[in-house]
Amino acid sequence: MEQVLQNLLHNDILTYVIMAVVPLLWILPYALFAVWLERKVSAHMQDRLGPMRTGGWHGWAQTLADILKLIQKEDIVPSAADKKLHFVAPYLVFIGSYAAFAAIPFSSAYIGSNINIGLFYVIAVSSLVVVGLLMAGWASNNKWSLFGAVRSAAQIVSYEIPTALALLAVVMVAGTLNLQTINQAQTGWFWNWYLFQKFPFIFIAFIIYFVSSLAETNRTPFDIPEAESELVAGYHTEYSGMKFAMFFLAEYANMFAVSAIGSTLFLGGWNSPFGDFLSGPFWGVFWFLSKGMFFVFVQMWLRWTLPRLRVDQLMYVSWKVLTPWAFACILGVGFWLML
Amino acid sequence: MYPRCRILVDALNVPMREYFRNIYRGIWTVLIGMKVTFMHLFTPAVTIQYPDVKLKLPERARNRLYVNMDDCIGCFQCDMACPVDCFKIETVKSLPTEDLGMTSTGQKKRLWVTQFDIDIAKCCYCGLCVYPCPTECIKMTDVYEFSEFDRHNLIYNYATVTPAEAAEIKARTAEYEKEQAAKKAAAAQAAAAAKAAQPAPAPPSGNPPPSPPAQSPS
Repeated sequence: MEQVLQNLLHNDILTYVIMAVVPLLWILPYALFAVWLERKVSAHMQDRLGPMRTGGWHGWAQTLADILKLIQKEDIVPSAADKKLHFVAPYLVFIGSYAAFAAIPFSSAYIGSNINIGLFYVIAVSSLVVVGLLMAGWASNNKWSLFGAVRSAAQIVSYEIPTALALLAVVMVAGTLNLQTINQAQTGWFWNWYLFQKFPFIFIAFIIYFVSSLAETNRTPFDIPEAESELVAGYHTEYSGMKFAMFFLAEYANMFAVSAIGSTLFLGGWNSPFGDFLSGPFWGVFWFLSKGMFFVFVQMWLRWTLPRLRVDQLMYVSWKVLTPWAFACILGVGFWLML
Repeated sequence: MYPRCRILVDALNVPMREYFRNIYRGIWTVLIGMKVTFMHLFTPAVTIQYPDVKLKLPERARNRLYVNMDDCIGCFQCDMACPVDCFKIETVKSLPTEDLGMTSTGQKKRLWVTQFDIDIAKCCYCGLCVYPCPTECIKMTDVYEFSEFDRHNLIYNYATVTPAEAAEIKARTAEYEKEQAAKKAAAAQAAAAAKAAQPAPAPPSGNPPPSPPAQSPS
């Protein structure tokens, strides 16, 4: 796609701008849709209906109305807040989650940046979110915000270790960090996906990855940074209007980012599950997005199933369960590869 | 369940079996929970879409008051029963020449009800006004959607006569009563005069006999 654009436009800067904006074209409508879906899923799981009136059919325009409301809202900054950090934080959080999309292949024809250290870059840059959250919590000058931010920092830093280790198991099999190459290695029928390779090690690694990705996106059951019953709203307590919307957008972008990485590494990304059937660059986008959306749905599903973990349980799960098992997976895969 | 704190204090104290069982249960119970919530995705919602769909109210539901003024005899029983004083009733005696008709329960109406206001904003829907009504003309209906933008619109005027008519009725009655009083006074005066014509015994004490009420110069 990069080459096509270059030939078409003969302009490097314009090409890169377009390449950079393409994921946004997906994320913005996706976020609107996902917020609506989250409300509908939560409602139907609780035998309710959810939004039904706005826009007619099952309240499809509810989130559009919400975003219109948020745009019009007054942007309140606490007088005791650190104005600069308070301003920068939501954008930094969104940049952190958006930057991850640069190395994610949406299709065999489109990847923002086909770099050899793609996976490494994604793991590294998504840590930027923590900085943003801490910044938001600190700058708000509010006890709840700070609590939320510190909890979130502790949580994300802890869970990055099992995440990275679980992904490392796949990287050992693939022998590359380039996400496009990892995808190409899984071409064919669905049994070529890494999920079903080196059974059961990669499968366990996938479960570990999925659980820790929930924690990294601050989703239930690991939503203690937001814990609305204890902390009002956690790190974004003092945010309103579009800045709040940025946090929201970042959360949903993050959800899709971790789902996309999960589907790229374990479920073949843009590969069709049925060999050559419905494969190709355009169908690739379809398969990639539907796999990603499936995981987004599972995240919502889990959110409305599980209660929140206590802080000590959270640390227990990360350090005493996920991390050792991720190491075990790496060892298992390593021995398998040696044999 | 099992002492989780101990696991946290020192993992080595906990037998390995416990650790594995913990993980197994963790995964298994999550799957059970996910099954439950997934089933609920397909359970019909219990919510009804209120303004479009309405629940049927029970037969004896108490909501907005309604007064059938054709049957009201102006007895003030409802006003007296009301714990929050949401009634404002005013009655005027009818003239002997006027016939206000009968109630549907066969009672003769003797009073003009010139004002019958219910401040439904004050009403607490206790229904205590309903039971004492001798003609069963005040009822609680099943209408519950009567919100208003102005609080004063919640004062319901049930009186069948307009304020102008009410004033007319009041004036007429006042005049009639005045006439009656004048007649009475005249009669009393006549009686007193007749009495005075006869030689009366001196009063036992120094008090003069009660004089008739002073007559107005009408």
